[in-house]
Amino acid sequence: MVSKPVLTGEMFTQGDIAAAEGAIAAGCRFFAGYPITPATEIAERMAYRLPLIGGRYIQMEDEIASCTAVIGASYSGVKSMTATSGPGLSLMNETIGLGAMTETPMVLVDVMRGGPSTGQPTEASQGDVMEAKWGSHGDYEIIALCPSSVQEMFDLTIQCFNLAETYRVPTFLLADEIVGHMRERLVIPPEDKIHIVNRKKPTVPKEEYLPFKPDKNLVPPMAVFGQGYHFYATGLTHDERGYPEMTAEAQLALIPRLCDKIRKNADKITQAQTEQTEDAEILLVAFGGEARSALRAVKDGGEQGMKIGLFRPISIWPFPKKELKNAAASAKHVFVAELNYGQLVGEVERVIRSEVPVHLIPRPCGLPHTPDQILDEIRRGLQ
Amino acid sequence: MTATRAAQTTAEHPLLSYIRRDRFPHIYCAACGIGIVLNAFALALQTLELDLDKVTLISGIGCSGRASGYFATDGFHTTHGRAIAFATGVKVANPELKPVIISGDGDLFAIGGNHFIHAARRNVDMLVLCINNFNYGMTGGQQGPTTPEAAITVTTPFGNIEHPFNLVSLAAASGAVYVARWTALHARQLTKSLEKALQKKGFTFVEVVSPCPTLYDRYNRLGTGLDVMKRYRDIAVVRNFSDPMKAEIDYRTRIVCGEFVDTEKPEFTELLARQATELQKRGEP
Repeated sequence: MVSKPVLTGEMFTQGDIAAAEGAIAAGCRFFAGYPITPATEIAERMAYRLPLIGGRYIQMEDEIASCTAVIGASYSGVKSMTATSGPGLSLMNETIGLGAMTETPMVLVDVMRGGPSTGQPTEASQGDVMEAKWGSHGDYEIIALCPSSVQEMFDLTIQCFNLAETYRVPTFLLADEIVGHMRERLVIPPEDKIHIVNRKKPTVPKEEYLPFKPDKNLVPPMAVFGQGYHFYATGLTHDERGYPEMTAEAQLALIPRLCDKIRKNADKITQAQTEQTEDAEILLVAFGGEARSALRAVKDGGEQGMKIGLFRPISIWPFPKKELKNAAASAKHVFVAELNYGQLVGEVERVIRSEVPVHLIPRPCGLPHTPDQILDEIRRGLQ
Repeated sequence: MTATRAAQTTAEHPLLSYIRRDRFPHIYCAACGIGIVLNAFALALQTLELDLDKVTLISGIGCSGRASGYFATDGFHTTHGRAIAFATGVKVANPELKPVIISGDGDLFAIGGNHFIHAARRNVDMLVLCINNFNYGMTGGQQGPTTPEAAITVTTPFGNIEHPFNLVSLAAASGAVYVARWTALHARQLTKSLEKALQKKGFTFVEVVSPCPTLYDRYNRLGTGLDVMKRYRDIAVVRNFSDPMKAEIDYRTRIVCGEFVDTEKPEFTELLARQATELQKRGEP
């Protein structure tokens, strides 16, 4: 059974394992990683599963090496992934910039724990929201999806691969320790029901191939090593041939495109869940593991007579601006509950502007809010 | 005579097919040793008639780090120090490929030192060609992990007090299956060494001591590029298969060159493949 790529059926399992299974179902056949709590179970599952299905697992000497090896494997034509938590992500940021600059399809699972520094290794956090987006220097865009359940650890990992392949961009499954270590039911569909996207290959003769010449959707088709294209890629600013080019023109041709291929296609990437938002005067925004408490709070609040709805961004980057605006149409107060000291709230404020008050309900302690704590904070905010 | 000379100047360089012509002129200073090393590498590719589709050139950052961009193979220019980690991903994902890393002493052994020792320990099939010019050239001649004691650089203006790495000893201790050192003067031996290393399956390491006429050699008053080559002639000795721990490298007195290790041991991606085949034969675990 475990020697099949897609383990169709039902299982009671952990979020981290679901992410590993999602990756394999999406076609991932290379994993490089370094042990770190609370993401280690993903590496352990990959080390066990990949050799049985023709894939390769390697434990590298650190997270910098892991993330770099993922780029090397992706450029060699294999869908590739790594998984880590905050301290590892901090090391990977150098290479995430390289992945963005060389337009590498790659997936990173970040199971967030408390920080900064070594912080709270075994406790939950949502403190890497901004690091995922802004962690490397310079201007670039990434994609990040946030799962709220074991099922979504599986489903969204597949989507991460599809998005990474479509847009040639580092893509995050931005999970927290709650969903990473939680155990619940996972349903894995039959292989032929799983939608898989593969990167666009070059269609021109090998001699005419320009590795960084974009198609209409701003994404260049991708050749891989070993097939005779003899192409070159660099972390330096480069022209369409991939050659280093230290001019203002080259930077202007490249950097806006790296951002715009995500920004201009955002409508095809963003997704969010709404509950009871119609006529809601209070809009509660929460994501990931915290959204589970928030959903309960919204249901309880509704039963207690509050006009309250939930907005759960599933894609955090790009942020679902239009979806939030729609969900907040009738809102008089917006509350943001997150397991940090205020990160996504800034993005919510950018969308809401100062039309209605935006309140933060932070909890940077390793534990999620209880639904009652959220409702208490909302009542206090309304006074 | 005139006719012969005309014929010579219009004839194509015999190694031109290995080079990206549209990348020239290159960035290297006159009398730099990197050109000699790249020529030796191209000659080795030509002699072995390797399938260029399967050679992946990878480098880090620095003068030598630009080398990957001058060859007409697949190439990748990583972040500083990460060429070997990248190459590990390439080799594991597609074992048909032969990664070749051309990079400098600072890139490979300061910021990239950890990747070097671990790839050697795992014995991942790749050739690491280190051009050692004793300093960081690209950034203006700073002290690095191979800068000799007492040498002057822009960041050791009063003389270097650090003990440098002996790279061949480090490579041998880390598990490389082939280890050699030459200077840029030893062009023929270097070419032969590269041929040998390219044919071996496993982690192979070739160090080339190279002039840096613009920075290191100037700060240390070693004369012109030609003077440095003459110095190599005077102080370099070949001691094949001597103890790499004792392979001195002192630009003033003695540089011990030669092959130090040539051995066999199971290669990493072959071991991975062997284990996977055995697992699949055995059936469900």
